[in-house]
Amino acid sequence: MPRKTSQRGTRYLIVGNSAGGIGAVEAIRQVDANGPITIVSDEPYPAYSRPEISGYLAGLTTVERMLFRPPDFYERNGVEAILGVTASRLDLRKRGLELEDGRTLAWDRLLLATGGRPTMPPIPGADREGIFTFTTLADADRIRAALSPASRAVVIGAGLIGLSLTHALVHLGVPVVMVELLDRPLANALDREAASVVERALREAGVELVFGQTVDEVLGQPEDGEHVGGVRLQDGRQLSCDILAIAIGVTPRTELAAEAGLPVDRGIIVDRRMATSHPDVYACGDAAEAFDFVHGVERVTPIWPNAYIGGRVAGLNMAGRETVYSGGTAMNALSYFGLAIVSAGLQEPGDGPGYEVLVSSDSDTAYRKVVLRQGRVAGLTFVGDIEKSGIVLGLMRDGTDVSAFKEALVAPDFGLTSLPEELRRQRLAPFVTEAA
Amino acid sequence: MGCGLCEVHCLVEHSRTRDVIKAYLRERPSPLARLRVERQDHLFLPVQCRHCPEPLCVYSCLTGALSRDPTTGEVHVDEAHCIGCWTCILACPYGAIRRDPQRGIIAKCDLCPDRSLPACVAACPNEAILYVEEAL
Repeated sequence: MPRKTSQRGTRYLIVGNSAGGIGAVEAIRQVDANGPITIVSDEPYPAYSRPEISGYLAGLTTVERMLFRPPDFYERNGVEAILGVTASRLDLRKRGLELEDGRTLAWDRLLLATGGRPTMPPIPGADREGIFTFTTLADADRIRAALSPASRAVVIGAGLIGLSLTHALVHLGVPVVMVELLDRPLANALDREAASVVERALREAGVELVFGQTVDEVLGQPEDGEHVGGVRLQDGRQLSCDILAIAIGVTPRTELAAEAGLPVDRGIIVDRRMATSHPDVYACGDAAEAFDFVHGVERVTPIWPNAYIGGRVAGLNMAGRETVYSGGTAMNALSYFGLAIVSAGLQEPGDGPGYEVLVSSDSDTAYRKVVLRQGRVAGLTFVGDIEKSGIVLGLMRDGTDVSAFKEALVAPDFGLTSLPEELRRQRLAPFVTEAA
Repeated sequence: MGCGLCEVHCLVEHSRTRDVIKAYLRERPSPLARLRVERQDHLFLPVQCRHCPEPLCVYSCLTGALSRDPTTGEVHVDEAHCIGCWTCILACPYGAIRRDPQRGIIAKCDLCPDRSLPACVAACPNEAILYVEEAL
């Protein structure tokens, strides 16, 4: 007798088709060439580079060029991709995942790589038309469809998402006002000095910046109250716009995990193997709280590389190769508006005991800053001169005591040769032969 | 000894004209050497991509432009997909990836696909740069 709901089984089930999910697939296939893998995603496309939606909106790239992996990725890796379908319920006891279309998928190992969704503040009037978020390709398409030659935009939030959207809008010739609650752009990613460089670049690009303010009310258009016509700020000022973007951050998508009874704090709680409290259920990326080696605790660090690497560690463990996540931290690279800025870890440590800040600069072209905590790197910011920053991040990742050569870290000629000989040899060990 | 011939030969190898004078003076966008010799007092170290078995640059790449060939172990950048976000530069623990500011993308060692031996290795008068193949 045919069953009413189809129940199919898979060895590895991955919810989410972005950095974390792809990282897991590639890791699983390194260990297990044949075990069936299924990916479920509510987005209808193959994995694409989310950060490229800015270039896409600006008309600088196409969906084809934004694909994160070649078009034959799923076929070549034996992955069944169920795209454009939302997972609705997780049953841990029966090891099943219900989809919104009525199907149930049975799994042996499960990865929740569900990402985040834009945080929406409760602003009166925010149900009008013309309000957008900017984290998906569909968001970019919606904004593009709404733009007219006379469009004016207000972007709430001067973080990375707000900046990426503003960059695209500026390219399209749309006047933009950014409204930021804090006193500078990218306040969570950059120190004051680097943020001032970004601020200058934004102003030079014609962007109007409003700091220390938020939007109290979304106003309608005089002739069409259903549609956004402007915003009223806390201080009473009114800004007119027909495009209002909300870019104040992302909230981890944890519902599947929470409703199934898995421990969830801000994100889904995972151990150093990226496993949840259920031995066969893993989580990674923007949805999970994974180990941060700067803060020494589990926390959400919603950035692409951490999602990929977390997914990779989860995938290896799911396939039976025991692997420990060495941890990630908040790190960012910025190239918008022709800038070259990188940052990682603590940016403004304050005057706490045990902290030391090293800074150097070459007039207007370069700025380098390293934050030390008990002689070890806890944060870095490089502007202009960024090419050796990865060495500093490596020292930070490894928790190396840098006291003996700390000044060199911010020197213009810093490099591997700045490291003490023993450390340098250790780092290059796999690649250097001893002189005969 | 810090002669820098590896940089010169690398730059010419990655130029359009493959002519040292034109490569240095005329070509636009200007070709870039994919390795650099670090100089610190009497210490000289040519630094190029190590083609790591666990490539943090590949794991960090936002676009999929960087990949590691599973059969050769070589780490390559697909220039058509690089958007010059510089995330790999921050990720590389060797500081081996460069910005190509004129093209707005990264420049890294490609092991000279048109040659049997990378140009830096062939050009080094002191045999200080070795090219060694290892089993994966």
